[in-house]
Amino acid sequence: MTSMLPRTEVATLDVRTIRADFPVLSRKTASGKTVVYLDNAATSQKPRQVLDAMRTVYEEHNANIHRGVYEFSERTTAAFEGARERVARFINAPEPREVIFVRNATEGVNLVAYAWGRDNIKSGDRIVTSVLEHHSNFVPWQQLAAETGATIAVVGIDEDGRLDRDQLRAELRKGAKLLALTHTSNGLGTINPVREIVAEAKASGATVLVDAAQSVPHLPVDVADIGCDFLVFSGHKMLAPPGSGVVWGRASLLLKMRPFLYGGDMISRVAIDTTTWNELPWKFEAGTSAYVDAIGLGAAVDYLQGVGLEAIHRHELALTGYLLPKLLATDGVVVYGPKDLADRVGVVSFNIEGIHPHDVATIFDSEGVCVRAGHHCNQPLMNRLGTAATTRASFYLYNTFEECDALIAAIGTAKRVFKI
Amino acid sequence: MDDMYRDYILDHYKNPRNFGELDGATHTYHDTNPLCGDEITMFLLVDDHDTVKDVRFTGRGCAISQASASILTEEVKGKSLEELRTIDREHVLQNLGITVSPARVKCALLSLKALKGSAWGLTEWPGEQSTGTGTA
Ligand SMILES: Cc1ncc(COP(=O)(O)O)c(C=O)c1O
Repeated sequence: MTSMLPRTEVATLDVRTIRADFPVLSRKTASGKTVVYLDNAATSQKPRQVLDAMRTVYEEHNANIHRGVYEFSERTTAAFEGARERVARFINAPEPREVIFVRNATEGVNLVAYAWGRDNIKSGDRIVTSVLEHHSNFVPWQQLAAETGATIAVVGIDEDGRLDRDQLRAELRKGAKLLALTHTSNGLGTINPVREIVAEAKASGATVLVDAAQSVPHLPVDVADIGCDFLVFSGHKMLAPPGSGVVWGRASLLLKMRPFLYGGDMISRVAIDTTTWNELPWKFEAGTSAYVDAIGLGAAVDYLQGVGLEAIHRHELALTGYLLPKLLATDGVVVYGPKDLADRVGVVSFNIEGIHPHDVATIFDSEGVCVRAGHHCNQPLMNRLGTAATTRASFYLYNTFEECDALIAAIGTAKRVFKI
Repeated sequence: MDDMYRDYILDHYKNPRNFGELDGATHTYHDTNPLCGDEITMFLLVDDHDTVKDVRFTGRGCAISQASASILTEEVKGKSLEELRTIDREHVLQNLGITVSPARVKCALLSLKALKGSAWGLTEWPGEQSTGTGTA
C-alpha cells in the first residue's frame, strides 16, 4: 500500500500477508505483466491453506466417505462432516444436517426447484423474483412456472440499481408462494436488505429462497437472522474449489421434501419395489459427493473467519470507495449501480463510451488486468439498464489500491487504442 | 493483443462499409452472440443468376464483430452464391489480418455465420470453433 492513500483506508486488512497465501497472485501473464485479478464475482483465487487441506486428503487418507469401516474412510468422512459443521457455524445454521453439499449455487437452486418446487408450486401460484437475479436464480423458476402453470412476477429496480421495495410489497400482497431473491447483485453490487424483506415475505405467507452466491463470500451472513427458508451459495467464489456448493434449508422443510437425485448414499433401505430415504442431509447427497472439494470449503471457511468477514467487507468497500470517484471522474465512463457506498459490495459495473466491453476487457488483458465483460448471466438486468453488456470489476480480500490504479490506467490505454 | 486493434480494424468499426438495411433484399439473416450481445443482420440482394448484386449489414457490438462484418461485405458483392460457399472460418480470420484471441473468435465469425445463414440457412454453418472457449 502506498503512502498516497487516505489513512482511513490503509489499515483495514494486512493485504500483503494475505496475498502471500495466494500463489497465483504472484504469477505473470505471458506478456510479463503482473496479474491484476479483478474478476472475483466470477470466481475467487485459492489460498495455500485450502490447497493444502485438499492435498492432505489425497496424500494422507483418501477413501470414499460413509462407506468404509477402515481408518482412512473414517478419517475422510470425519473431515467431510467436519466441513459441514464449519459451514453450518459460518452461516449460523441451527443444525449441521441442514447444510447440503452440492456442486454450486446453480445446483442448489435447482435442488429446491425440484425437490420443493414440484410439490409445492401449483397452477395459478405466484413466484416473485427480481430483475437483479443471476440466471441461476431465474431460469429454474421460469421453467417451474411454465411446467406447473404458475406465474412469475419480476420486481424492478430504481436508477441506482436498488430493489423497488414498494413493488415488492405490492407483489407480496397479491399473494406469493415463493420469493426467490438474491442477497447481493453480481451485476451491480447492490445489497438487498434481505432481513426486512424476508420478514415481509414470511408475513405474507411466502417461502423464501435467498441466493447468497455473492454475499456469503464477502459479508457476515446469518441464516437465522435473515429468517429465510433456503439459502444457496458456491464455494468457488469464497476461496474454495469449484465443485463445492451449499444449500441450506430449514430442517422442517427438508424433512418433508422428496429427494432431488436418486441412487447410492441417499437411501436408507432398498427393496425391489420400494426405497426409504436416508436421513438429512444425505437424502440430498446422492452418489459420491465431491468430498475433497467440500473439505476444501471447510478450510476456506476457516481462512475467511480467521481474517474476519466484517474486515473483508470493510476492505472491499474501501477499495470501492477509492475506485468509484475515479471512475465517475473519468470522461466517457458510465457507472451502473449504486454510486455511493451504502448497502453495496465491491462489484463495480461500467462502460466506456464508444468501446464495447469485450474490447475493453481484451485491452485490459494486455495490461494484465482481468475483468469480466458481458451480461454476467444477468440478461434481464442488462435489458433494464439499456445495455447489452458491461465491464465489471469485482474485489476480494487480496485486492489493493494499486490494482484500482492499474484499472484506471488501463481505461486510459483503451481510450488511446480507440483514439477516444 | 494490441495488435487486434490495428488502425484499419478501428476504421471499419467506426466507419463500417455497406452499413444499413437493404431495401428489396432477397435474403436476410439475423444472429447474435449472446455472450457479449453482438448482433449482426445480413441483407443480400441476389439476382436470377444467383449473383450477389448488393449486400448490407446492420449490427452493434464489439470492434471485432463489426469490423469483421464490414470487411466481409466488401468481399461478397458480385460473387455468386456458389463462390460464397468457399468463404470459411479460416478465410475470414485471415482476411481480418489480425490474431484474434481464442475468446474473441466467436465475435470475429458472427458475420460469417449471418452470411451463411442468409444464403442457405444454418445448414452450411459448422460452428465457430472446434473447441469450446465461450462460457457464460
Ligand atoms: C448471484 C449469483 N447467483 C448464482 C450464481 C451461480 O453460481 P455458480 O455458477 O457457481 O452456480 C452466481 C455466479 O456467478 C451469482 O453471481
